[in-house]
Amino acid sequence: MKFFEYEARRIVELAGIPVTKYGFAKTAEEAKRIAADIGGEVVIKSQVLTGGRMKAGGVKFASTPEEAEQHARDILQLEIKGHKPRGVLVDPKAKVKQEYYAGIVWDGTRKQPMMLFSDMGGIDIEEVAEQHPEHVGRGHFSNLRPFSDFQAKEVIASVGITGSRLNRLTPILAKLARLFQQYDMRLAEINPLAELEDGTFVALDAHMEMEDEAVFRQKALLKELGVPEGDKRESYEPSEFERNVAAIDAADHRGVIQGKDHGFHGNLGLVIGAGGGSLTLTDAVRSVGGKPANYSEIGGNPSVKKACGLAKEVLKKEGVDKIAVMMSIVSNTRVDIVARGVIKACIELGKDPAETIAIFRIPGAWEEEGYKILEKYGVEYCDRSVSMHEAARRAVEKVQGAAA
Amino acid sequence: MSILIDENTTFIVQGITGREAVNLTKECLDYGSKIVGGVTPGRKGREVHGVPVFDTVKQVIEHNGGQVPDGSVVTVPPAFAKDAVMEALENGIKLIVVVTERIPRRDVAQFVERANELGARIIGPNCLGLIVPGKAKMGGIGGPAKDAEKAYQPGIVGVMSRSGGMTTEISSTLTAAGLGVSTAISIGGDAIIGSTYAELMPLFEADEQTQAIVIYTEPGGRMEAQLAEWVKENDSRLPIVAFMAGRFMDDEEMKGMSFGHAGTIVEGKEDTAAEKIARLEAAGIQVVERIDEIPDAVKEKIGKVAA
Repeated sequence: MKFFEYEARRIVELAGIPVTKYGFAKTAEEAKRIAADIGGEVVIKSQVLTGGRMKAGGVKFASTPEEAEQHARDILQLEIKGHKPRGVLVDPKAKVKQEYYAGIVWDGTRKQPMMLFSDMGGIDIEEVAEQHPEHVGRGHFSNLRPFSDFQAKEVIASVGITGSRLNRLTPILAKLARLFQQYDMRLAEINPLAELEDGTFVALDAHMEMEDEAVFRQKALLKELGVPEGDKRESYEPSEFERNVAAIDAADHRGVIQGKDHGFHGNLGLVIGAGGGSLTLTDAVRSVGGKPANYSEIGGNPSVKKACGLAKEVLKKEGVDKIAVMMSIVSNTRVDIVARGVIKACIELGKDPAETIAIFRIPGAWEEEGYKILEKYGVEYCDRSVSMHEAARRAVEKVQGAAA
Repeated sequence: MSILIDENTTFIVQGITGREAVNLTKECLDYGSKIVGGVTPGRKGREVHGVPVFDTVKQVIEHNGGQVPDGSVVTVPPAFAKDAVMEALENGIKLIVVVTERIPRRDVAQFVERANELGARIIGPNCLGLIVPGKAKMGGIGGPAKDAEKAYQPGIVGVMSRSGGMTTEISSTLTAAGLGVSTAISIGGDAIIGSTYAELMPLFEADEQTQAIVIYTEPGGRMEAQLAEWVKENDSRLPIVAFMAGRFMDDEEMKGMSFGHAGTIVEGKEDTAAEKIARLEAAGIQVVERIDEIPDAVKEKIGKVAA
């Protein structure tokens, strides 16, 4: 779960890391009030869950509350990469002496969290790591033993920082490391972490992402932030197809179906599974020139109703008149149940299963029963002796033959 | 020979009274595996397909005259998984297959770190376990015994896969081609797993039966890069053939979207399929485009004439 900047700042603040006197506004009037409260120059920042705000015009400076109001009005209207802003953040314009970077990420190879620190903040850390590796300090820490501040100190000192800066930065990085663990984050970043002209440090921007799998045990934090339950925060707005498939899945606990069509613009409907099988089959269709209309996943032995529901949603998509029903060898999901489901979908939509199902390739549990049903309806099917790629090729050939 | 398990391996099932665990227990017993007990807190005294159920791992060990089982299959809900794995570890169990999906990453990292301290091995989470064809299986891999038999015949190829289903698909292809499988491991689809390709390689290296390795890989994470590094640093006798699924995820529109498994997401440059393929190939690992190309690629590598 991604957090908006105003929420990320609050998380940082709760951990005891100094922040500016910022405010969050949903309307231009509120932004004006906050700006007046702050006094002096302010920055108005669009609250969207995507990068590139500055380039898109989502960050603007204002010298008066009136100007702040005007900018807020513009920014609240401004869509960035398809995202409508949740509101604006009003921040005092800080007098920055130097910018730093502090972040905690997972290192999947070491299987531990890793601190990252740089005295070159304000830019992308991957870029700094590539071009100025000597300016990036790193340090892993244990998942089991309590975090000790010296671990943060070592990382900061490794980029050559000493004196009062080191002593002021150490607790900030240490607190960031602790909040990363406490709140089940998958990413916790302060960038820039600013050293002001008076020598103090503040988090000027923060980026926080929580493990989706841990949301269930972080309800207290989410409540504190005012995040409503079930606020999914997809990286894009789900389509009607995606919403419908999710609703069908949620209505029945047996098995799992998933559907995505973001980024898919083709004409061959895919009713496929399971996790790895779907990845393989989507590639297979594309590798022979096929154009998938969607991605999907069937797993965990869904009911006839669920399989039928998925197939129907795929068939309802514009431009789709054929579906390929394919999976890697199944041992839990039953072939006959999926067969029944997809045939039912065709019939209920007034389509001929033999015409509509370009290919059915699901080998495994209950396959004899499944193949009998498919035979009855004249649907072309194949067993494990036909590879996933060959099945995909046959399906694509039929769609292209029909179009030609 | 085989790696990690054989016909003498004893194991328990934690969460044995759950619906999936009951099936898994039957499948493993039918296949010939030795399940010496099950644990579900509060269910002591029951039986699952003849396997006695206890409240604690300690009770299972006492019941077996102090004999610590070789392994455990953990299939409990995500919120309780860490505790179950810790219980197995602290009771001296050295091989733990974690089937459970959606365990918070911090919990996984904690039990993996503890396992390392105790010299134990974790397979998974979010996996189907492992199988030594004709001898034993530990987990739902391959499904019911008769289905597992169809897809997995003893042979010379070690299989490691981030997808449980694709472990079976690939093994079935190897079996049909007459190459067979030495040990097949569903290593799990999460961002952090107990045993990566590179961490399992030394075991296959030491196994005389294994003459080649096939891996199934996906975008996301650095596991393939780690394997490429391992291959470069170790003068391995084993040729490796890789299949990369999810190439479509390299499209700009798919960035940041997760497909298939929790760990399958392109976040950084190194996560892409293209980048991984380049790294694997640079290390001398052949990356094939289709599953049905795998057997011939293996045969060529081990110097047999393709049929």
